[in-house]
Amino acid sequence: MIRRNTIPFGPQHPVLPEPIQLHLVMENEKIVQALPAVGYVHRGLEKIAEKKDFIQDVYLAERICGICSFIHSQNYCQGIEELMKVQVPDRAKYLRVIWAETHRIHSHLLILGLLADAFGFENLFMRLWKVREQILNIMEKTTGARVILGVCAIGGVKRDITPELSEYVLRELESVEKQLPELADSLLKDYSVKQRLIGVGVLPKDKAHELGAVGPVARASGLRMDLRETGYAAYGDLDFKMVVEEAGDCYARTVVRVKELYTSLDLVRKALQRMPQGPISVPVRGSPPADEVLARIEQPRGELNFYIRGNGTRNLERFRVRTPTFANLPALLHQLTGCELADVPVIAICIDPCISCTER
Amino acid sequence: MVNLINSIFRKLTSRTECLKYPFEKRELPEGTRGRIDIEIDKCTFCGACEKRCPSNALKVTRDPKSWTLNPYSCIICGYCIEVCPKKCIIAHKEHYSPNV
Repeated sequence: MIRRNTIPFGPQHPVLPEPIQLHLVMENEKIVQALPAVGYVHRGLEKIAEKKDFIQDVYLAERICGICSFIHSQNYCQGIEELMKVQVPDRAKYLRVIWAETHRIHSHLLILGLLADAFGFENLFMRLWKVREQILNIMEKTTGARVILGVCAIGGVKRDITPELSEYVLRELESVEKQLPELADSLLKDYSVKQRLIGVGVLPKDKAHELGAVGPVARASGLRMDLRETGYAAYGDLDFKMVVEEAGDCYARTVVRVKELYTSLDLVRKALQRMPQGPISVPVRGSPPADEVLARIEQPRGELNFYIRGNGTRNLERFRVRTPTFANLPALLHQLTGCELADVPVIAICIDPCISCTER
Repeated sequence: MVNLINSIFRKLTSRTECLKYPFEKRELPEGTRGRIDIEIDKCTFCGACEKRCPSNALKVTRDPKSWTLNPYSCIICGYCIEVCPKKCIIAHKEHYSPNV
């Protein structure tokens, strides 16, 4: 006899780094429907942004997310620069790529560690986070802070990377790259890990497109979409190659993230080597004009959109944030339908949920 | 899982990764944005820092001459340091001690 009941998954759950509730409608062990309930960490950031000065909003935008904070401030600054027609120096663009990619590496290592923890591989979780610590040290040494860097500004960046620091970063990257293959093998070639990931939470290519999936979730389903290919900041000069997988399951998403670690390491190294000399910022005068702009950037989780509308004063008329986790939620619900209850943590972690971004 | 077994033997001979805090403290790199402080002798109490502070953590008055920072509101963004015309606001390397 089939019994139907509802299990609330979250908002407090050992595998969830941030609070989201999933109402799982079950038929025996199978999920027939999943409904999300959000709103636990809503902070009203969009409204606060309208009350603050547009320069103060850089710090606010940086605090939308506690993991990919620099990329949020970079996107905000790029949007305002487009609105005010400010030309950013080339060196600043390279520096932005360096810090954005270090953020991507630490974000991917974080979620891969959490994934290992979700399927009960605690040793691997700690090993991955130990490597992440080196990346955080790079950020601390180059910017003065570990996660909320506070170095992005409208018109450029606030700190430079000296040749000595550049050598230190390259040394650390080499050390990280030496440690990664062992960890990647444990993650991708281990029998029990494969059993937990292959064929779980399959999202076919057409469905990923239909549901508007973004980032590694979309790329693991075979969709070629990565905004870094458009060449914003200095990506156009760094021979960026997108990582795409076809299977669309949790294993493919893990493979995409592991390969992106190597891509990002490569991008940071190239950016440090090819970075031109020159100023790191230009002075910005005046206020954003009464115009609008849609700023887009590739975050570790996917495409991040900021809609910014100015009104000629120092306050913005409207600041709207669309984060990648928000775009990936319909894909998550599709993946959960038909899966077993024991697979829910792994599937939920595999979209790399960032609920604080989503709720702003 | 098998390939991580090698790491067990490696770790037996290597040093521990963690510090024995609070007996052993971490060395902070140069340029770390920590505790915000002021060299009050140089301050002209112009209020530029108060006006720009994104989290309204600063309070400056000319009469009586006072400069107050609310450490619970301060987000240590460093904007006050940038805008200070006298360059009298400084960021120490260390953060507030947990027992303060």
